[in-house]
Amino acid sequence: MSEQNNKKNAVEVENLYVEYHSGGQVVKAVNGISFTLEKGHTLGLVGETGAGKTSTALALMRLLPDRVSHMRCGVIRLKGDNIMELPESHMNLMRGSIISMIFQDPMTALNPIMTVGDQILEALKIHNAEGLSKEQLNRKVDEALELVGIPASRKNDYPLQFSGGMKQRVVIAIALACSPDILIADEPTTALDVTIQAQVLALIDVLKQRLGMSMIMISHDLGVVVKTCDDVGIMYAGELVEYGSVEQIYGDGPHHPYTQGLFGAIPNIRSKSRRLTSIEGLMPDPTDLPKGCKFSPRCAKCMEICRVTAPGEWEQDGHRIKCHLYGGYTE
Amino acid sequence: MKTKGQEKQSIKRGRGYEIWGLFKRNKPAMVGLALLAFIALVAIFADVIVPEELCYTFSGAPLETPSIEHPFGTDNLGRDLFARVVHGSRVSLLIGFGATILSLAVGAFIGAACGYFGGVLDNVVMRIFDVIACIPGMLLILVLVMALGRGTENLLYALMISGVPGYARFVRATVINLTDMEYVQCAKSYGTSNFTIILRHVLPNALGPIIIMLAGSVSGTILAAASYSFMGFGVQQPAPEWGAIIAASRQFMRLAPHFAVLPGMAIVITAMSINLMGDGLRDALDPRLKD
Amino acid sequence: MSVEVTPVVETVDLKKYYKTKKGDLHAVDGINLKIYRGQTLGVVGESGCGKSTLGRTIIGLHKPTAGQILFQGRDISRMKRKKDGLCTKMSMIFQDPYASLNPRMCVADLIADPMRINHLYGSRQEQYQRVEELMDIVGLARRVAGAYPHELDGGRRQRIGIARALAVDPEFIVCDEPVSALDVSIQAQILNLLMDLQDELGLTYLFVTHNLSVVKHISDQIMVTYLGRCVEMGSSDQIFENPCHPYTKALLSALPEVSLEARNKKVELLKGEIGNPINPKPGCRFASRCPHCTEACLAGDLDPREVEPGHQVSCLLYE
Repeated sequence: MSEQNNKKNAVEVENLYVEYHSGGQVVKAVNGISFTLEKGHTLGLVGETGAGKTSTALALMRLLPDRVSHMRCGVIRLKGDNIMELPESHMNLMRGSIISMIFQDPMTALNPIMTVGDQILEALKIHNAEGLSKEQLNRKVDEALELVGIPASRKNDYPLQFSGGMKQRVVIAIALACSPDILIADEPTTALDVTIQAQVLALIDVLKQRLGMSMIMISHDLGVVVKTCDDVGIMYAGELVEYGSVEQIYGDGPHHPYTQGLFGAIPNIRSKSRRLTSIEGLMPDPTDLPKGCKFSPRCAKCMEICRVTAPGEWEQDGHRIKCHLYGGYTE
Repeated sequence: MKTKGQEKQSIKRGRGYEIWGLFKRNKPAMVGLALLAFIALVAIFADVIVPEELCYTFSGAPLETPSIEHPFGTDNLGRDLFARVVHGSRVSLLIGFGATILSLAVGAFIGAACGYFGGVLDNVVMRIFDVIACIPGMLLILVLVMALGRGTENLLYALMISGVPGYARFVRATVINLTDMEYVQCAKSYGTSNFTIILRHVLPNALGPIIIMLAGSVSGTILAAASYSFMGFGVQQPAPEWGAIIAASRQFMRLAPHFAVLPGMAIVITAMSINLMGDGLRDALDPRLKD
Repeated sequence: MSVEVTPVVETVDLKKYYKTKKGDLHAVDGINLKIYRGQTLGVVGESGCGKSTLGRTIIGLHKPTAGQILFQGRDISRMKRKKDGLCTKMSMIFQDPYASLNPRMCVADLIADPMRINHLYGSRQEQYQRVEELMDIVGLARRVAGAYPHELDGGRRQRIGIARALAVDPEFIVCDEPVSALDVSIQAQILNLLMDLQDELGLTYLFVTHNLSVVKHISDQIMVTYLGRCVEMGSSDQIFENPCHPYTKALLSALPEVSLEARNKKVELLKGEIGNPINPKPGCRFASRCPHCTEACLAGDLDPREVEPGHQVSCLLYE
């Protein structure tokens, strides 16, 4: 059975926990999330600051800072390999060639004193298993730049000679240089203007098709997610409170109250009403999460049981909701 | 029931308590504070502890080792070393704190003005400081002392003047960083005058690094004052000063180690206690460094 | 709208150039706007289009290079802000709730500072009473009065920023991207608060943002800017129902909509990126990215033309 799954799924995560320890306090960033990403599909992880999106991504890359973080996890499988069991040296080879990441801020993700060509070259050299010659590598650098729509003649320029959108293209070129199978994009367009965002999203879409990649798109922008993703997970306080296909999440069916709140809070240019429906209250303190359902203090439909026990998962055709409203716990 | 005013007052006082509470938790800083308080008390009550004449009267044999009569022993002329070290603390602390605080005040003012306003003022002042910085520090102080005349007071002025460019540069750099902050723009938007902005919004935020620098240089200045006195440019014999005492001891180091070691210990302990306290104070003053 | 009413704020051919080594940077280049009492003008544009500079020039943080700023009919562009009592008539809410609050001042002091600077209240009691009132108005619990900004989250910090802007009892507030640093659920809280305050206190806003959907919610009038110029101006409905300028159209098309229908919508991609604001060439600033660009567009500066009452577009397509 697992043999089949391996073929079909690019990423499988079961029961991932991430904690940060500092000064005697435990920050519970990710609290038991599970999902699978089918090959060639795009999964969107949506949530607000502190929901644990980036921690999840870093866990998949195994890039969490060892000093302060703890990962407790069943399994993380990338193309069938359980990376929790791999030695660091092996994982280092997987980063870049199997799984790669685009960071949010193109201004800080690039080394300001290296030419962009050299930065791409460096990524290629690390994964140069075939023993390509210098010329072949240089040709690959040119290809990588052309791929993201930057003329190869600019490879000797420094990052500061590029505009914001162009820098993000360079970051994408570096991430894709070794043709990874899985790409994690952590808020790839948040730092960019709308028109540039549209260009970059279109570029990512084209590249995904051409290279047959699977992708995890992390975003707080529900508009970006609906355009790019096949499956969507809504995260709150380190949990996946709702998970399903784009149609299920954006459609009219049953939803987690947080998802409803999130959709209501977004200013929509089609809506006629002036006031927005906001979610009252604040994100819970990750060092002191509420008992029971973590959303219960802010939830308009909070019941007594919500404050006591954590809800189970309701599921229908792959649409999962973690809420007592659907969990069968109600009387 | 509290009135509004009292409530406000309690907030204000709360801040002071809070700083003290944070400072108290810092063990090394408390040790530093205790030591410094002790040294300060010694300086203030020097006359009560031991009469000043004892510094100058030849009350024992030369180079006696510590005994009940002379707790620190005697120097090469048979003067009581304890009295000389106790009374020497006055001069050392005065020069250390006096010169540093004066040069900080002048330097911070010039630096803040240069950093905040920039332009021609900044350019001219900084070029003058560049020229001063080209003169080796020691040479500068020696020249100043020679020009002003040897003596305690003049050493203090010389140390102060030589410290100004450093402070000015440092404060200027900090101020330039802070002036770009949005809260400075915001204060401008509701009409705060430049002077008030520097005083209320810029300098308090530069306080942390300034205090660290201050602590470092008070001890540095005490050491410097001791060295210049050691070389004969500062406090003149027979006035007691730690550096001058060590200077007098140099021929007798092997013969009577206590002669150099005990005043030396006084210098080291003072410098260390100030450094420890400065660290603690910086941490307590910055509300962001809490927890 | 009757013509006799004086706008609260009006700018006439307002220009702000910065001197750089390569030449003049045209941050704001001939902006004409009018904002009437109780209304909101939303200024939208991408980074580098001079929208922030426009707000800051009006509030007096920058000296305009040319042109006039009229406040209730008086030209204030050359006035001394504080002496002429302007600091109590207009204020500003800043973008970054982290950088715009002095980390060494507690909440009560932060809110009281504008009152103190402008000597609004005689006694400390009165002042503190007003601070408490303001904290109630913006929805800050009184117990945080002694807290420091770093102890609070972004949403509450921005509430402090709003309370501080209200401290001088202003008639006009420049909001410079007040919600762009906040999470969506908090953003909605703050936007609702700003709208409520406007209704209750009759405030007039200049709302600067890059977020089209935010501006749609809060604005009566919208101005779309590009490289220091206004390319299109009209009522909120006019801009969103009938966008005319190619740039406005591209902006609206690029805006990711939150609906399943938007999933398969084709986005009109603009080529290139925003041009260089230093010594710009004459003619339409948008020409280099415009799909409809002709030689005539580069010939000279264009005047805005009216496509419908109150809806102005600076584009040769609308002769």
